[in-house]
Amino acid sequence: MKVTIDQDKCVASGQCVVAAADVFDQRDEDGIVVLLNPDPPAEQAADVRHAAVVCPALAIHIED
Amino acid sequence: MNAPSSVLVVGASAAGLATAEALRRKGYQGGLTVLGAEPHLPYDRPPLSKQVLSGAWDPERVQLRPQTALSTLDAEFILADPAVGLDAAGRTVHTASGRALRADAVVVATGLRPRTFAGQAELAGVHVLRTLDDAVALRADLLASSRLVVVGEGVLGAEIAATAHGMGLEVTMAGPRPAPLAGQIGPSVAGMLADLHTERGVRLRLGAGVSGLTGHQGRVTGVRLDTGEVLPADVVVVAIGADPATEWLTGSGLRLDNGLVCDSRCRAAEGIYAVGDVARWHHDKLGALLRLENRTNASEQAGIVAANVLGDDQPYCPVPYFWTDQFDAKIQVHGVLPVDAEVTVVDGDQAARRFVALYRRDGRVTGVLGWNMPKQTRLRRQDVVDALSDLVPAP
Repeated sequence: MKVTIDQDKCVASGQCVVAAADVFDQRDEDGIVVLLNPDPPAEQAADVRHAAVVCPALAIHIED
Repeated sequence: MNAPSSVLVVGASAAGLATAEALRRKGYQGGLTVLGAEPHLPYDRPPLSKQVLSGAWDPERVQLRPQTALSTLDAEFILADPAVGLDAAGRTVHTASGRALRADAVVVATGLRPRTFAGQAELAGVHVLRTLDDAVALRADLLASSRLVVVGEGVLGAEIAATAHGMGLEVTMAGPRPAPLAGQIGPSVAGMLADLHTERGVRLRLGAGVSGLTGHQGRVTGVRLDTGEVLPADVVVVAIGADPATEWLTGSGLRLDNGLVCDSRCRAAEGIYAVGDVARWHHDKLGALLRLENRTNASEQAGIVAANVLGDDQPYCPVPYFWTDQFDAKIQVHGVLPVDAEVTVVDGDQAARRFVALYRRDGRVTGVLGWNMPKQTRLRRQDVVDALSDLVPAP
């Protein structure tokens, strides 16, 4: 699984961190998404997919 | 229940599309139809009152998925054909153009319809903002005008006021509550928002009911308040809330009461589900029927509905979340904010307009609000989750 993020689309909701805190974080100053791990292990895949789904800005893209 | 052989999603906006996508993601291989009232492919609504209205984005940019992604969904999109009736027992949806669409499972995702004043349709220059076409039409009218009155001090009205002010219009906001979002975020933070709008130059004429519109030769000229005062306007936006779009379900036998009423599985009847703004379902943790008009709910609820359509048995118990952007303020809310809540700032500084506040009622946390502190606000979300977990689930 390869994860990419679009910081320009991000609206800083933080829903991705709620879903998958090992893969996503937010910048302290403005809450914009930070990708901690672009290549998460299989056991985190379901959480990362959920993060992509609940992102209100559709700013997370996943390639299998 | 086994997986249905066909699913019809009525509504082609965020919740409808997310349901269709979730069904496929969960391995559903049966027939899938998405019926939309509007002519557009699924698009996102939050940018309409901000980036689309201001012109920062071209209207095309709001489309939720590119054509290629929609093709791989293997769903039939029937657009520009509103549903007009449902035979619940036969799970058949009738459309305006005369189609009769039958499916094993029907997912209702028809969203909301803006409330209007009597007679407003006959007056040029009066707008609502719900659809992409609404946003484009409003923008065109604003570009040719100088005075806007926004009727409604909720999230949508306040966002439109801020955006239109940024476009150079003279903006007045009217509505019965004393401050913008007073009904959504409580009086103290709403007061801060009132200060922000006033500082930036929006004229607030709040705390008075709106009795109607004035017009001349078919075009709006102003907004009349209950006090008799008339606020002059070239353009008026009516943002006084919206009602669930359920009139097409009248006579279906389904329970309609401020939305399509569902159980905790978002199921209105055997084989019939609801998702998004239109769905009023039983939140087991809160022990009450809840209906949420926000963007994240559309996606989150869609995942549960899709699972349940495919035979799962999951209750939907989200922590509600919404955000609003007005001028340079990003306000984010997790949980619920009762208007009589006790509000405590737990991070940042209100005077600096960068803070996080916890809302409590009867000593228990019900929600958290952040103003320009997204990460710190999200970190406090756990307090809301913990408080919800302490509640005894309803039997």
